[in-house]
Amino acid sequence: MITFAFYLFAITVCLSGIMVVMARHPVHSVLWLILAFISAAGLFILLSAEFVAMLLIIVYVGAVAVLFLFVVMMLDVDFGSLKTELVRYVPVGGLIALVLLAVLTIAFGDWQSADDALAMRAVPVEPGVQNTTGIGMVLYDQYILPFQVSGLILLVAMIGAITLTMRHRRDIKRQDVLAQMHRDPAKAMQLRDVKPGQGL
Amino acid sequence: MAEFWQSSLGIALILLAQGLAIIAFVMLSLVYMVYGDRKIWAAVQMRRGPNVVGPWGLLQTFADALKFVVKEIVVPAGADRFVFFLAPFLSMTLALLAFVAIPFAPGWVMADLNVAILFIFAVSSLEVYGVIMGGWASNSKYPFLGSLRSAAQMISYEVSLGLIIIGVIISAGSMNLTAIVEAQRGAGILSWFWLAHLPMLALFFISALAETNRPPFDLPEAESELVAGFMSEYSSTAYLLFMAGEYIAIWLMCALISLLFFGGWLSPIPGLPDGAIWMFLKMVFWFFMFAMVKAIVPRYRYDQLMRVGWKVFLPLSLAWVVIVAFLARFEVAGGFWARAAGM
Repeated sequence: MITFAFYLFAITVCLSGIMVVMARHPVHSVLWLILAFISAAGLFILLSAEFVAMLLIIVYVGAVAVLFLFVVMMLDVDFGSLKTELVRYVPVGGLIALVLLAVLTIAFGDWQSADDALAMRAVPVEPGVQNTTGIGMVLYDQYILPFQVSGLILLVAMIGAITLTMRHRRDIKRQDVLAQMHRDPAKAMQLRDVKPGQGL
Repeated sequence: MAEFWQSSLGIALILLAQGLAIIAFVMLSLVYMVYGDRKIWAAVQMRRGPNVVGPWGLLQTFADALKFVVKEIVVPAGADRFVFFLAPFLSMTLALLAFVAIPFAPGWVMADLNVAILFIFAVSSLEVYGVIMGGWASNSKYPFLGSLRSAAQMISYEVSLGLIIIGVIISAGSMNLTAIVEAQRGAGILSWFWLAHLPMLALFFISALAETNRPPFDLPEAESELVAGFMSEYSSTAYLLFMAGEYIAIWLMCALISLLFFGGWLSPIPGLPDGAIWMFLKMVFWFFMFAMVKAIVPRYRYDQLMRVGWKVFLPLSLAWVVIVAFLARFEVAGGFWARAAGM
């Protein structure tokens, strides 16, 4: 049963990965990418890493892919014309693929795993400990400083991006909610008795 | 017979039966949610509401559903047919899917996941795709604008929903919904998390309104500006599926509020027996609140909605996570905020 599920998810990941590149329309590409993410989450569940699987769906599918979809939908890129120039990019793409293949061959050709690595792969955390707790203990007890520092770096990057793009225009009217709420109805409006046919 | 239920076929049959039972429950409650919504709305406006089909109009929703199904399906010119029809299916299926992890009583749950709350959160974060895909595939301006609005709104409020849930998880020490409910056991209504997490209850309820596109945050389908938002081009069964998905999402939020803040199946008065009936009554009560808000609160403007989400709810819920972390760690008030079974 698990083997069947594994092959189902694995084939779906590969196929949708291919479809991301092959799809005619960029929006379809993003939708295939989402399918690939979800199948990858299924693979994580099979590895009994359900916390990572859920995070993958929440973060990548629920937020990152939505952003992709937004951008792709609004840019309205004409991929038909881009594809005709495909031949121009073949040499560069081939070179990148070759370098990557060489690196991977060097890395994995001389790969030696620790004696107990295979046994640890089957049981990512100690028996009796849920993997959410396991990840929490590793991140917040063992590696608390690197974890916090990486969070801080992300915060700095976020503030940097906001500062770079924010432009505070002064020539437009803005709503000041606090000032609005502190307005006194007695001063802000007055009631008049308008006679018919006269106006104010 | 006993070993038959242990075999793969037996387990598959049990799961199928459980799934059908959940779908039957959700669909039946969906029908009477729509009816109740209209009746409550009408009562607030001193109207009668649906009262023609069946006694007190009880069968009105069935008639409406039948009407939707027999209408003609119109696909706009230039629409992406596959995505166009995938979108309503997706929004309905995902809304139903989340009920898999909702416990109604101890053991009354189809999948007792130990990351149940994350699963529900993940599935409800996928619901945004039904909206985006529907709006984009319609190949029309109003649905597109509506879907952009809706997606931005749902993502914004998901952030604060997630942070509020983290506060509850810290208190309960588990992501399993059964464990979260059991952590609220004690002196009846007073030991439920609504008291411990009182400020967050209000935030959660408002965020749930925004997340499910309910008034006063129904901007994705603001009919005064965008016709019917992302649903403008949908007709017949496809529209019905969108509407059903929306109501099921609301029912899910009612279930979540009951489980996270109102002790699920625990009885409010110590001594009375616990049971699924309490869970159901709490869900109905929260649906009543959803309907009342729809009836009495005017619609927000889009920039106000975004301002509230990012500048008010996000900082407040983030601050509450930090506060609860301290309250739980140092067991303030006799561990009122630290109810983990093994803590």
